Amino acid sequence: MKAFSYEKPTDAAAAAARAAEVEGAKFVAGGTNLLDLMKLQIEAPVHLIDVNGLGLDEITETDEGGLRIGTLVTNTTLMADDRIRRDYAVLTRAIAAGASGQLRNKATTGGNLLQRTRCPYFYDTAMPCNKRAPGSGCGALSEGAFSRQLGVIGTSESCIATHPSDMAVAMRALDAVVETVTPSGNTRQIPLEEFHLLPGDTPEQENALMDGELITHVVLPAPVGGVQSYHKVRDRASYAFALVSVALIRQPDGTGRVALGGVAPKPWRSAEADAELPNGARAVIAKLLEGANPTEENAFKITLAERTLAAMLKEA
Amino acid sequence: MQFNEPAGTNLFDSATIVGKDHTRIDGPLKVTGAAPYAYERHDVVEGQLYGYPVGATIGHGTITAMDTEAAKAAPGVRAVVTTLDIDPLELGMNNVARLFGGSEVMHYHQAIAVVVADSFEQARAAANLITVSYEEGEAVDYSLDAAFERMEGTGEPDTQYGDMEAAFSDGAVTIDQMYHTPGESHQMMEPFASIVDWSDGGDLTGWISNQMINWTHGSLATTLGINKERVRIESPYVGGGFGGKLWLRADTVLAALGSRAAGAPVKLALPRPMMMNNATHRSATVQRIRLAANPDGSLRGISHENVSYCLPGGRGENATAQTPLFYASEAMHVKNHLAEMPLPETADMRAPGEAAGLMALEIAMDEMAEALEMDPVAFRLANDTQVTPSNPDMPFSERHFAECLEQGAEAFGWDSSRPAPGSRREGDWLIGQGVAGAFRGALALPSGARAAIENGKLVIETDMTDIGTGSYTILAQTAAETMSLTMDDVEMRLGNSAYPVSSGSGGQFGAVSSSTGVYAACMALREKIAQQLGLEEATFADGQVGSGNERQSFLELDVEAVDSIQWGDFMGEFQKATFGAHFVEVGVNVYTGETRVRRMLAVCDAGRIINPVTARSQVIGGMVMGVGAALSEDMALDTGRGMFANHDLASYEVAVHADIPEQEVIFLDTLDDVASPLKAKGVGELGLCGVAAAVANAVYNATGIRLREYPLTLDLMLDQLPEV
Repeated sequence: MKAFSYEKPTDAAAAAARAAEVEGAKFVAGGTNLLDLMKLQIEAPVHLIDVNGLGLDEITETDEGGLRIGTLVTNTTLMADDRIRRDYAVLTRAIAAGASGQLRNKATTGGNLLQRTRCPYFYDTAMPCNKRAPGSGCGALSEGAFSRQLGVIGTSESCIATHPSDMAVAMRALDAVVETVTPSGNTRQIPLEEFHLLPGDTPEQENALMDGELITHVVLPAPVGGVQSYHKVRDRASYAFALVSVALIRQPDGTGRVALGGVAPKPWRSAEADAELPNGARAVIAKLLEGANPTEENAFKITLAERTLAAMLKEA
Repeated sequence: MQFNEPAGTNLFDSATIVGKDHTRIDGPLKVTGAAPYAYERHDVVEGQLYGYPVGATIGHGTITAMDTEAAKAAPGVRAVVTTLDIDPLELGMNNVARLFGGSEVMHYHQAIAVVVADSFEQARAAANLITVSYEEGEAVDYSLDAAFERMEGTGEPDTQYGDMEAAFSDGAVTIDQMYHTPGESHQMMEPFASIVDWSDGGDLTGWISNQMINWTHGSLATTLGINKERVRIESPYVGGGFGGKLWLRADTVLAALGSRAAGAPVKLALPRPMMMNNATHRSATVQRIRLAANPDGSLRGISHENVSYCLPGGRGENATAQTPLFYASEAMHVKNHLAEMPLPETADMRAPGEAAGLMALEIAMDEMAEALEMDPVAFRLANDTQVTPSNPDMPFSERHFAECLEQGAEAFGWDSSRPAPGSRREGDWLIGQGVAGAFRGALALPSGARAAIENGKLVIETDMTDIGTGSYTILAQTAAETMSLTMDDVEMRLGNSAYPVSSGSGGQFGAVSSSTGVYAACMALREKIAQQLGLEEATFADGQVGSGNERQSFLELDVEAVDSIQWGDFMGEFQKATFGAHFVEVGVNVYTGETRVRRMLAVCDAGRIINPVTARSQVIGGMVMGVGAALSEDMALDTGRGMFANHDLASYEVAVHADIPEQEVIFLDTLDDVASPLKAKGVGELGLCGVAAAVANAVYNATGIRLREYPLTLDLMLDQLPEV
């Protein structure tokens, strides 16, 4: 960890302005990921802007009948909220499947969206990693590398890391929208679909936020009903990142939405694949993972996604 | 004390403390955070500085240059010592990769520098400023399969008897399969940690986390090139070791070198991400097992060959360890091979040999039972033996493997006409049951102790360690029993090189050896007390000593005795081992292939159980480790780089609470009077042996999919599960 300075503002727009003004500044909320990364010197911010003094910790109802979740609402609070449990059950289920009780108590809504990949080559600073050290190469794509956990679609020759969040997968299925404040004090709405970026040649750019821009809320549209489920598949029963996870919202008429976690650099969903839901799991996954480019070690994720969705469709 | 003949009737046969449940006497210290673990011993010496290690970042090769200028100039830095600053250090006992010194890199994360600073954060930040240039070694073929192909059939067999060719011909039922077990990392909760005061380069004191005080005491002196008399080490509490802390490791050496360079005591812990590649681990294995049996189920031939990897001079993982001793067979061929590879050091991990060997052998036994259309319990019973298979003149001292199987089958509700593989389903889960035999040797080492009456207490001092196993408690029980005192009368002092040399904790020999050492010291103390009081024919009972009707307390005396146990040659006439049977029920998700254990039972034949509470804790801990070995633990080797890539606890997945269901343990509490005066044997490693194979066999019973490669992850099964 490198030495850093610290401040704790009370106004969101001011925080964003400061973040843009101080070179190498970063926001910190729960710190469940950032502090680990700082200890390993994967992240080395020179200035931390603690956003815990900004309020932004309430869940309010929107005029459209949805919910507006403050960025500092913890994962524990969010998953336990009665309105979330009743109307957005996929979100409660997804959050409950992630991390541990202690981590969920600290982790925040905005922070969860911004967590970094758990690729082992990203985590070992002696290894090449285009995400951590642009231009150094992808450690996971070299001969003999360990890639079992990594992405199968949306990846590039520069990076095959996955986004590790469970919460974001459910939010993607719910068409959530990220609300921000920019350094100039304007607010902006970014659909979650457009929030995370694919790696391409620039895997270090992971999201659509501009320099200093701060997430203030995540907005859920009005409830869409249906049967909502989240199935996370992993080698051990708890406290592990997904090999594959599936968020499913299924309507009585057989239509619905499917988003996948554990397979891509972002929660993975497409309208074309959703449209295949009435035709069953194979059709959905064939469409959703069309053009997948797995490694030898993680090709099983495609079959696993199909079988996991099949299990869920049987129940839903 | 010499143990020169079977124990016969002694005071432990009428014991009131030994053999009874007793919660840990050190438990309150541990749950209140008051037990002094190495890294937290802030009080032992003033002015402690913080050390932080730097590990090599190539698989093997040579360091050509190191730049420490920026690190030395960084805030708070007191000293930087690099491996180029000193000659290669001598190897300590059983170390095969040097711990520090010189330019050669033998494995990834081998220690190459230590930074000492006023604060931990300063040391860590400065360590990151050191830049290193390497000349990488030549590319290496890390394929253990290729090594097996190269080596199979070469060299003198380790065990060879009978006519193997005949065994596998003429109507024999045979199986012939390859099995793979992965590298496994100890990953004990407490990392390698030391505080060392070698400020003036003279006398050295180390407060460390280590299983073997005497070995490590000597190794530290050897490695640093100083007289052992000038070294003192303490390790009173150890937060797990599993064999990883049997030897001197880099944390202690780096703290010592850092201390000398900075002129102040230094504390240093290996960061978790460095533990896997810097320290030792259990080698992966490739095993071929061939079995031949008569249609009645009696084994005609067993052939077992194994290869594991190690650095030159290392021992790898001898997965054939149990094979010459476990099952009767008309003929046998056993050979263990070592393939040298520049990978992190392989050495002992809980039940070295048997743990990996039974993962394979006990699947093979299940496969043979199926080929014979026999129940796997009945098949094992049919091949039980009371004598060494290769040497019928050498009997087992005690062997109750059959009772383990029979009692286990009864208690578990084992159904010998259980459903065919893949035929029992509850909802989305395929349900199966599996059984495996357990075998682990029963080694005993010389072990000493000092027993003294001080300030109204019986004080026991021995350099024995308690690595979470319960040594404090069982040794206090042994002492109290021998002196006819209560547990409250005993004060235990462990883990200090100033105390008499014990067996230490390892190889499942700790409990039996050190309890006997304490017994020896207490018997010597009884004699001293009798002498001091001028008693002939003294008897000890109810906290008093006397002769005839004259009784008196002896806790007011000032008296001490030192003795150790030496194991007699007569024991060589017997095979000594521990036995068990594991029964496991699993569910395998028919859609995803996820395997979840539903219930587990272990039945253990390990001599007298000195303390059923702590012994059970050891066995269920072994069973947990077995679930990890079965389902998730796998050191992922990057074969392009010669390093284990998943080197933290997020990616090296040990079993978590949610993986562990109902666990039951049954102790047969058999007495083995060849094993020790307490008629006890170790049990701490037996609990692991065979567990993973029982899980694999249960997975087969659940799904009809036979996996011979660990861990038994879902990707190995997906294409064989029923269509969905």
